[in-house]
Amino acid sequence: MANRLLLSGNHAVAWGVRLARPDVAPVYPITPQTPILEKITEFHSQGDMDTELLTPESEHSAMSACISASLTGARVFTATSSQGLLLMHELLHFASGARTSIVMFNVNRTPASPWGFWPDQLDSLSQRDTGWIQLYSESPQESLDTVIQAFLIAESAGIPTMISHDAFYVSHAVEPIEVPSQFLVDDYLPRFEPELRLDTELGRSFGAPIDQTSWNRSRRELAAAMAGVDDIVTSAGQRWGEATGRSYGPLEQYRTEDAEVVIVTMGSMCGTAREAVDTLRDQGVRVGLLKVRLFRPLPATALRQALEGVPCALVLDRNYSPGLGGILHQELKGVLWGVADAPRVHGLLAGIGGVNVPSSKIQELVGSYRDAAPSFEPIWVE
Amino acid sequence: MEMTSYPDEGQFCSGHVACAGCVEALALRVILNTVGKDAVAIVSPSCSAVICGANPTSSVKLPVFHTTLESGAASASGVKRALLARGKPDTTVLCLAGDGGTYDIGLQALSSAAERNEDILYVCFDNEGYMNTGGQKSSSTPLNAVTGSTPAGKTTRKKNLIEILAAHRIPYIATCSPSHLNDMAAKVKKAKGIRGTKVIVVLIPCLPGWGVADNGAVATARRAVESGVFPLFEIEDGVTYRLNSETRTQPVERYLSLQKRFRHLSSEDVERIQSNVDEEWQRLRSKVDADGRI
Repeated sequence: MANRLLLSGNHAVAWGVRLARPDVAPVYPITPQTPILEKITEFHSQGDMDTELLTPESEHSAMSACISASLTGARVFTATSSQGLLLMHELLHFASGARTSIVMFNVNRTPASPWGFWPDQLDSLSQRDTGWIQLYSESPQESLDTVIQAFLIAESAGIPTMISHDAFYVSHAVEPIEVPSQFLVDDYLPRFEPELRLDTELGRSFGAPIDQTSWNRSRRELAAAMAGVDDIVTSAGQRWGEATGRSYGPLEQYRTEDAEVVIVTMGSMCGTAREAVDTLRDQGVRVGLLKVRLFRPLPATALRQALEGVPCALVLDRNYSPGLGGILHQELKGVLWGVADAPRVHGLLAGIGGVNVPSSKIQELVGSYRDAAPSFEPIWVE
Repeated sequence: MEMTSYPDEGQFCSGHVACAGCVEALALRVILNTVGKDAVAIVSPSCSAVICGANPTSSVKLPVFHTTLESGAASASGVKRALLARGKPDTTVLCLAGDGGTYDIGLQALSSAAERNEDILYVCFDNEGYMNTGGQKSSSTPLNAVTGSTPAGKTTRKKNLIEILAAHRIPYIATCSPSHLNDMAAKVKKAKGIRGTKVIVVLIPCLPGWGVADNGAVATARRAVESGVFPLFEIEDGVTYRLNSETRTQPVERYLSLQKRFRHLSSEDVERIQSNVDEEWQRLRSKVDADGRI
C-alpha cells in the first residue's frame, strides 16, 4: 500500500533512496542538500536502512568512495549541490569512464563567487560533458519517483545518473507525497549484480593505463551505451506508471497540440510555465509547454519531432554560460539544425541567480516574443 | 647476514616494468605475497601504478582498481564498505600509494579514512618525491635534497607523516625498509590481522631520483636505517611506540654520500642534518621509553 506523507522535496528524495535499498552511501553536507543526508542518516540510525554509510571529509572523497564501491558491485547513492558537485568534477569524468552505476541527487544552487544559495542550474549543466545521465525534476513527487527509476536506469545502462531539482522551490517545498510500498519498489528494482566487478573470485581490474586505440574504443562504447539511454528512460518511466499510475518519459508535452508558441524549460520553472499555459489557453492563446526531463543524453530525435512545425519556441534558461548564453537554448538550436520547418527560437535568461519568475512574467514573455524575430544574443529577462 | 624468508605464492609476477634494480618491486613482492590472495588492491598514480602494469597485462595477481592521485584512502574505503555490504568482511583492502599521493594531495582523504578508522591496509612507498613524473619535490623530500623543482636543494625539512598519523590514534603504523625484508613481512602480517586503519610507510631509495647506483638501493636503504635517518618502528593506537632497530651504527654522512641529490652539501650542511637526525632520534627514543604512558 502506498503511504501518503507530507514531505519536502529533499525528504521525498530520502524516502526514494530508502526504498531503493542502496548498499553504500557516502554523504557530505551542503546547503540546500543537507536534509537529504540527515533524513538518510535518521533512517539508518532507526534501523530502517541497511546501508554502509560513510561520512568523509569532502564531496571529492564521497564521490571517490562511490566509484570504487560501485565497481565492487554495490548499489550506491550520494547527494550534493553546487560547490560540492563542482569539487567532484574530476571524478564525475572518472565515474562514467569507469562505467559505474552511481545514482547522485544534486540540488541546483548558484555556484560561488559571489556566495549564493539560490536556485540556478549552472552547477549541474556545467557538468554536461562528464558522461553522466542527467534528469531534471519539477516537484517533490517527481523527485521521489525519479530517484527510484534512476537506479534502474544507471544499473541498466552502466552509466552513472544524476537527478537535479531546484534549491528551495523544490528541495524545501512541502507537499503531500505518495510513498510507494517497499514491496512495489522491490518488484520494480531487482538487486544489482554487475557481471564485472572487483572481486577476488573474478580477478578483474579496472582503470589501468591503456593505449590510444583502447581509450578511443572506451568512448565509443560509452557512446553506444548513451544511445540506448533514451529507450531505458522511456521504459523505466512507463513501468513506473504501470506500478504507480505516474508515468514519465524523456520529455513531457503539455498542451502543445496546435500550439503556436511552445515554452521549453527544465526543473521547477515547468510548474510555473504550466500555470502560465493554462491562463493563456483560457485567453485563447495557443501555447504549450515542452518539459525537458532528460538532458543527457539529449533526446534529440524526440525534441526535433516535438518542435517541427511549431512557429515559435521560447527557451527559459535558469542558467547562464558566460560568453554564450543559456545552455538549453544552445542545445536546442543545435538539435534543430537541419529541421526544415523549425521554430523561431528565443533564448531567455529567466531566473538566473534564483530571482523569481512568476506565471505573469512568463505570460508577458509569450506576448512579447511570439511574433518577434529571434536574436542570436541571449536576452536577460528583467 | 639474515636470510629473507616469506611464503612466495607468485602474487607478484616477473615481467613488471619497474626500473632495473628498483626496490619498490622487491617490496611489492614481499607485501603482496604476505597479504595473500584474499585481497583487493587500490592503486593511485605512482610508480606502483606503472609497476602493476598497463592494460591488458598486470604484474599483480589481485583485482586492482586504479584510482585518482588524491583518492587512495577514499577509494579503499569505498571498496571495503562494498565488500562489507556484500558479506565479505575478511577480504583485505590494500591501498598502494606514493609519497605524493600520501603526504601531499592524498593527505586529506587519508586523514578522513583514519578518523573513521576504515578497515584498510594503506602502504606508502616513500621515495621522497614525485619520481614517476621525473623527480620533483614533495613534502616528503628531505632538507637540502636536489630535485627537479628544488635545483638548489630543498630549504625545508621532510614532513613528519608518522606523527600526523599517530595523532589520529589508528591501531597500527609502521615503517619498513627494503633492506629488512623479514621485518617488512612480519609487519604486513601483523597489520593484516588488525581491524581498522593500518598504515605502513616503506622507504624506497629511487635510483634515478636520488642518484643512487643501479645496484645500490638496498645498501642505501640499510644506511638510512642504520644512521637513524629512517628508523624502523611501530606505533600501536597512536601512543605505544616500539623501535625495531635499537642502535645507530652509522653517521648520517655515510648515508648521504651514496646519493647524488646530496653531493652539493657543505660540511656544515651535513652537520646540520646530523644534528636534526640526532634530535629526532632522541624524541623517538623518549616515546619508546614512555611505552604508551605519554
